Amino acid sequence: MSVDEHLQGTAGSPRGVAQEHRSLDTGSKTAERFVALAFFISFVATIGLGVTFWVGGQAQLEGAFLFVALIGIGAGIVSWGKYLVPHGPFVQEREELRSSDEDRAAFYASLERGSKQLGRRKFLGRMLGLSLGAFGIIQLFPFLRSLGPVPGKALFVTHWKKDSQVVKVDGTAVLASDLEVGGAMTVFPRGFEGNALDQVILIRPATTEIVTRPGRETWGPQGYLAFSKVCTHAGCPVGLYQELTEQLLCPCHQSLFDVLTGATPVFGPAPRPLPQLPLKIDSSGNLLAQNGFDQPIGPGFWER
Amino acid sequence: MMTQKVTDWVDERLGIAKGGRSSLNKIFPDHWSFMLGEIALYSFIVLLFTGTFLTLFFVPSSHLITYHGPYKPLDGQKVSEAFASTLRLSFSVRAGLVMRQMHHWAANVFIAAIVVHVCRIFFTGSFRKPRELNWIIGTLLLILAIVNGFIGYSLPDDLISGTGIRIAFSIVESVPLVGSYLAFFLFGGNFPGNSIIPRFYTIHVLLVPALIVALLAAHLGIMYHQKHTQYPGPKRTNRNVVGTVLWPGYALEAGGFFFITAGVLAALGGLVQINPIWLYGPYIPYKVSYAVQPDWYMGWLDGALRLMPSWEIVAFGHMIPNVFFPAVLLPGITFTALALWPFIERKITKDDRVHNICERPRDNSWRTSLGVGILAFYVVLFFASSTDVLANTFQTSLNFVLWFFRIALIVLPPASAYVTYLITKETQKNTAAGQRKVAMIISRDETGNYSTVDAEPAEDDIHPAQSPVPVPEEAAYLHHNGLVVGSEEQELVTVGDSNGSFTRSLESELPPQRSGGSGVFRVPRSLPGSQGGFFGGGPRRRGRGQRHGDQK
Repeated sequence: MSVDEHLQGTAGSPRGVAQEHRSLDTGSKTAERFVALAFFISFVATIGLGVTFWVGGQAQLEGAFLFVALIGIGAGIVSWGKYLVPHGPFVQEREELRSSDEDRAAFYASLERGSKQLGRRKFLGRMLGLSLGAFGIIQLFPFLRSLGPVPGKALFVTHWKKDSQVVKVDGTAVLASDLEVGGAMTVFPRGFEGNALDQVILIRPATTEIVTRPGRETWGPQGYLAFSKVCTHAGCPVGLYQELTEQLLCPCHQSLFDVLTGATPVFGPAPRPLPQLPLKIDSSGNLLAQNGFDQPIGPGFWER
Repeated sequence: MMTQKVTDWVDERLGIAKGGRSSLNKIFPDHWSFMLGEIALYSFIVLLFTGTFLTLFFVPSSHLITYHGPYKPLDGQKVSEAFASTLRLSFSVRAGLVMRQMHHWAANVFIAAIVVHVCRIFFTGSFRKPRELNWIIGTLLLILAIVNGFIGYSLPDDLISGTGIRIAFSIVESVPLVGSYLAFFLFGGNFPGNSIIPRFYTIHVLLVPALIVALLAAHLGIMYHQKHTQYPGPKRTNRNVVGTVLWPGYALEAGGFFFITAGVLAALGGLVQINPIWLYGPYIPYKVSYAVQPDWYMGWLDGALRLMPSWEIVAFGHMIPNVFFPAVLLPGITFTALALWPFIERKITKDDRVHNICERPRDNSWRTSLGVGILAFYVVLFFASSTDVLANTFQTSLNFVLWFFRIALIVLPPASAYVTYLITKETQKNTAAGQRKVAMIISRDETGNYSTVDAEPAEDDIHPAQSPVPVPEEAAYLHHNGLVVGSEEQELVTVGDSNGSFTRSLESELPPQRSGGSGVFRVPRSLPGSQGGFFGGGPRRRGRGQRHGDQK
């Protein structure tokens, strides 16, 4: 094993000096040709990329040309490094990471000296701590308070109030005659069309086997049921109404709510029923809310 | 020479030659698994390039405008400026779509490479002393990458990512005590508000990338300073590094690999569609589509949300919501345990030695089994994020799929850990596993006895087993300064058999004699310098090799 051998490229067979030199030579030639070709192909692809840009661009062509241009450069450089320069193997010692005992002692001594010089003035240290601490805390306050309002009652209420008119997303009023039996639609309180938190799913189940929970006897006039559409699990819109099974499915995490028993969760991770909106129908057939929701809508939170 | 003039000019002002000398001669161990971190690094560089391009066109605003543009199906619809500008940069900006898709692919590859890199480090025990700090930095990088990935794909304000933001609000809201405050401060009020897109934008393009760059610099700096680990092999000890020299071999290979990584990402970005937001449509809070899945690295969290039973804790007038457990507690425990793993393992093994040699996974049965078991847990969670798609594909009920995954989540981890344990125990018996294969000639003599000898390597065997030598310039320098590398006993002994091929084990653990083969013997060799060349023939002193040469 000679240093020379370590300084050769690794192409070719290593055995036998005469053979070695010959094969190394041919190996190098092959490798050299490959590297040159790779660079050239890259060059051609780059021209192609430039032309593609120039004439207006086309995503697939750009991607393909960019791929060939980059791969050409990459393959060329890597092969150059792998086959045409000395590859060792080389060895190097690892230095010990830990400092010598003397260095450590000197370090501690220096640290100690500085600390002692500072520690002599304890009062100043405390005053510095006081001012820095106060500064830090006070800086935190406006930063946090400027970011957003405190939640207050915001998570407990929606825009649904007593006598809120039920409207579609385009603002047209929903009449008692609007929904066929077995149908469903997304509705909002007037003035808040499209609002993320006020969305309600209005359903007119094709069955009379509705299990009404105590206290909700008047909430569903003419078979209309209205539930908050915000999932009680993670807040996705519970948008998929399965008419056959009278169930609402949340597409995010597959919680299933049984419409006929007051949107109680029957499957999946949702822990609570969808809150029900009490409805009424006025003399002109408009759907209105008797009242707002009797509980916070949507996913849980600490103060709930 | 011009180069020398420039370097001299700089050296007189900064003194770069002193450190540069040893840097150019630095040795980097070679192994395919060491490229995983490189893939992550290069993907990140591609992210910076493509991301910068995207910022020139993206408008981070949830202000609603009417879309008019080349994508006709959405013409006349109310969309946010964020969504509209993403469409514009995809359809109207030259190379915009390629850049956007490359960016998205690079993010996916970035995190994938980190995850596989972490696995490599874990299973080979490369996190052990002295590399615990880099392990922690790596964990932080993983967290930041995932967070920035999520925030990044939320920016276009499309239907799927908007739903993701809604879920994110619910998750932040679920934190006990301060959750609703955190959510309101992050979103500038109740969901959805108008602040989240611009805020996410600042976090995505400034805050997190800056942190990643800083941590990455530390990560690489520490790796460079401590020198890379190496796998066990001939002439490799805990006290040396065997591999390629930085200049020019390693520099070319690593540098070239950047272009290869970027090239593959360009192919993906140009040819494989990702996140076609125009098909999803703009985010409309009361709309949602089927198969709402996040990017792959959020899959385990989505799966956990799906598998979690419908429990919620209500006590003393307060609530700990359902999503807190899978989406806050689980990742909290995951990343804390991950970051502290080196210390947990040290508590168990009481191993305080320095380890520069990677362990083969099969050689450490319990760690490998445990790792595979834990990995299986997250893999099950990942696949659980597709319960709806699976139920649809296999025409079965959601109920069945959900229970299948809930049971798999409990059964598979211990089962796979046990199987892994058996495999490691079995493979440990094969002492030649992982070693280079050498052809053997089996011959039978007249009396019927068999004997084997190593065959000559094939003509095209381009990886001859060579004994490593110091880089000539470095060795000459050290010699000149009276620091001879290596001690005679440790370094100048070649372990081989009669055919001159090297045995593939640590010098201190010579393998047992091969049956029928020639015995193993030690060939004392002289330094290459004795043949002339780079070394003078001066008296050889015991150098630093002696100081820690015998310790292993």
